[in-house]
Amino acid sequence: MNFLPFFKQNTFARGVHPDAQKSTAGSPIRRMPFASRMILPLVQHIGKPAVPLVRAGEEVVRGQPLARADGFLSVPIHAPADGVIEAIELKPSARGPWVESIVLRVYEGSTQEVRWANPRDIDAMAPAEILQAIQDSGMVGLGGAAFPSHAKLAVPAETKIHTLVVNGCECEPYLTCDHRLMLEYPEDLMTGIRLAMKAVGAERAIIGVEDNKMDAVAAIQAAIEKVGLADGRVTVQAVPTKYPQGAEKMLVKSLLGVEVPAGGLPMHIGVVVNNVGTLALLGSLLPEGCGMTERVVTVTGPGIRKPGDYWVPLGTPMRTVLKWAGVNNANEDAGEREIILGGPMMGQAVASLDVPVTKGVSGILVFDKLRIEDDRKLWPCIKCGECVKACPMGLNPSMLGMLAGRREYEEMGAHYHLGDCFECGCCTYVCPSHIPLVQQFRVAKGILRGKAT
Amino acid sequence: MTTRIELRTSPHVVKGTSVERIMFHVVLALLPIATFSVWQYGLSALALIVTVTLACLGGERLFNHLSGQQSTLSDWSATITGLLLALTLPPAFPLWMGAVAGFAAIALGKALFGGIGYNVLNPALVGRAFVQAAFPVAITTWVPAFAPGRFGGFAPTTFTAPLMTPPDLSAWAKSALDGFTGATPLARWKFDNVLATPQDFLSGAVTASAGETSAILILLCGAYLAARKFMDWRIPAAVLGGAALTALLFQMLDPARYPDPLFVLLSGGLMLGAVFMATDMATSPVTPVGVWIYGALIGVVTVMIRYFGGLTEGVMYAILLGNALAPLIDQVTQPRVFGEVKAKSVKAKSVRAKPLKGEKA
Repeated sequence: MNFLPFFKQNTFARGVHPDAQKSTAGSPIRRMPFASRMILPLVQHIGKPAVPLVRAGEEVVRGQPLARADGFLSVPIHAPADGVIEAIELKPSARGPWVESIVLRVYEGSTQEVRWANPRDIDAMAPAEILQAIQDSGMVGLGGAAFPSHAKLAVPAETKIHTLVVNGCECEPYLTCDHRLMLEYPEDLMTGIRLAMKAVGAERAIIGVEDNKMDAVAAIQAAIEKVGLADGRVTVQAVPTKYPQGAEKMLVKSLLGVEVPAGGLPMHIGVVVNNVGTLALLGSLLPEGCGMTERVVTVTGPGIRKPGDYWVPLGTPMRTVLKWAGVNNANEDAGEREIILGGPMMGQAVASLDVPVTKGVSGILVFDKLRIEDDRKLWPCIKCGECVKACPMGLNPSMLGMLAGRREYEEMGAHYHLGDCFECGCCTYVCPSHIPLVQQFRVAKGILRGKAT
Repeated sequence: MTTRIELRTSPHVVKGTSVERIMFHVVLALLPIATFSVWQYGLSALALIVTVTLACLGGERLFNHLSGQQSTLSDWSATITGLLLALTLPPAFPLWMGAVAGFAAIALGKALFGGIGYNVLNPALVGRAFVQAAFPVAITTWVPAFAPGRFGGFAPTTFTAPLMTPPDLSAWAKSALDGFTGATPLARWKFDNVLATPQDFLSGAVTASAGETSAILILLCGAYLAARKFMDWRIPAAVLGGAALTALLFQMLDPARYPDPLFVLLSGGLMLGAVFMATDMATSPVTPVGVWIYGALIGVVTVMIRYFGGLTEGVMYAILLGNALAPLIDQVTQPRVFGEVKAKSVKAKSVRAKPLKGEKA
């Protein structure tokens, strides 16, 4: 019964409005040069690490597979440049632990042409072939989670998918890589959408874009008409700018007006969600039969001198990226910085500049001393209820925080829906007492997971 | 690069609000009301407001010291308690009793529970309840508003020596303003069945506690806080709405006996209580449904006490009761989790894709 469309909001409840800071949205994507040495962790995705196909001393060409997928939930890794394998050894990762990585010394004089390709007619491919091709390309979700794309599109036979939701929200402040991709590669995006729709058997696709990117909406609309999908199968829809609009469940609610059941996946209501960046890159890789060797990364933040969106070869060490984009050395003597992979709301701070750009890195933010030195004095919870008004999942972070302080983790999980928290960080963002709520929840979830196994 | 790298977990940006900022704006919003009170009642009111606030700050500092904490005076919450408490006392309240009230407010209402955020009851009201029980005569001894000599000297009771009974005020009050009866509008309605008019309330020319008379000013200051999002507007709305509806119901039942809702809203401490006391964050619920229940409860109980209780005023006990119930209200009104209740119906119904153009629906 949809008799009150007037009151029906095309967005989710609650959420927050952080400063957008998307100053890099106006300039085209630039290309970052090849580093002299690349580091390619064997696990850049969620799932089992890839298995190396090369040995130290072996020469490789750009686009050549360096490691193969190990089972279904795994993806291969391709050489980002012509060069020679130096070693396969432990290297620091963004998360902290050292992981098995392929180290590639790049041939400086090489033309860096992609010579490992397998052009094919994508319209003749069956859904199963598409999924296999996606896995072979090494594609993962580029929004940040790095979940293998083929696994996300592989729905069980008994599940009927009617809608493909394409996530072009990019609700994280600072990040603009998806925005630029939508503007510059809308036709690749259409190809990707067609492939994904075919793979999951969806009859329609809806592209959701936050309404602070109306130029991207226009570009996509033009592309839809150009490729002849304007018969209602593919539509683009603006949704209100609000964090975390780009969270899967929130976007499905905004576009379709339906809530994904708690603990369930969008698949359970016949929806598959994919990120625009992922589909645009898929659309350019699959027809050529190439592997994923680079991605668009937003390099920005108050500490960066040349902020912008860059095509960065995978495996480029953070040090090279920052050197190229120019770190602001105005207060070098103070010398305290925060380097974040991803957006500021959910991104991961890194400890080492030797950490490479991997498939899931959507942004590199550098905050300088001014930005990080704000004194966050801790107060007890004054029960102002701001977190309750912010939590997009409808949880009670105030109560959860109190329980976490008392270490009553089971109670949090059993009665206060801790498991539904997807760590968007809205509660910590608004808390006037500066209580690290989402951080506590992460710890609590970790402890509960540990107890469960 | 030899820079030091900071490691923190996300989110890496924050909204930039703080407890101090919220509390400071509440103090700002209380200042016009306190100023109006001083203009109305003169030097006695000024001395009372200053004394009570200093007593609260002194109490807060003492308990910080005793519990080995850093000073929490900078969070402004003790200042709010002091100002609010002073505004609920009669303007000529003896200063030593005011100091007792202030100290009791912090000691019994706040420090006992563990300080800011942990208190169950509104500290200012705990202080007032304490002196209402301890000094029943002084707390119902009123002085006239806008007395001509109010800036020339103090009321005789103001400087009562500590632990002494204040002198009788009625002769002084009569000389200060002709025809002064010494009864609040609520008492006059309850015992003499005389109704004050809205004009009386709006001009402030009624007998009342120091900060209770300026309904419009209170609403304006409250609107400022609500607009800056330092206060939850739903609570005063629920309190005033609950009180007005209850009053309306009774008036419809027996118009001769019960006053109209406007009188109920404007008289006594309802406005000050609804806007500044019921909204105390630490002692009110946080859930969206909970705040409405809590506010309406306070409104209804206030009117009930006024109509059927032995007291003429019921706001204080109504709010204290609401405070005590707030944790329970929170417990039973937990927000609906995203995707929770609908889980089954959604699965059964699923979403139907819109028919394509040219395809039969």
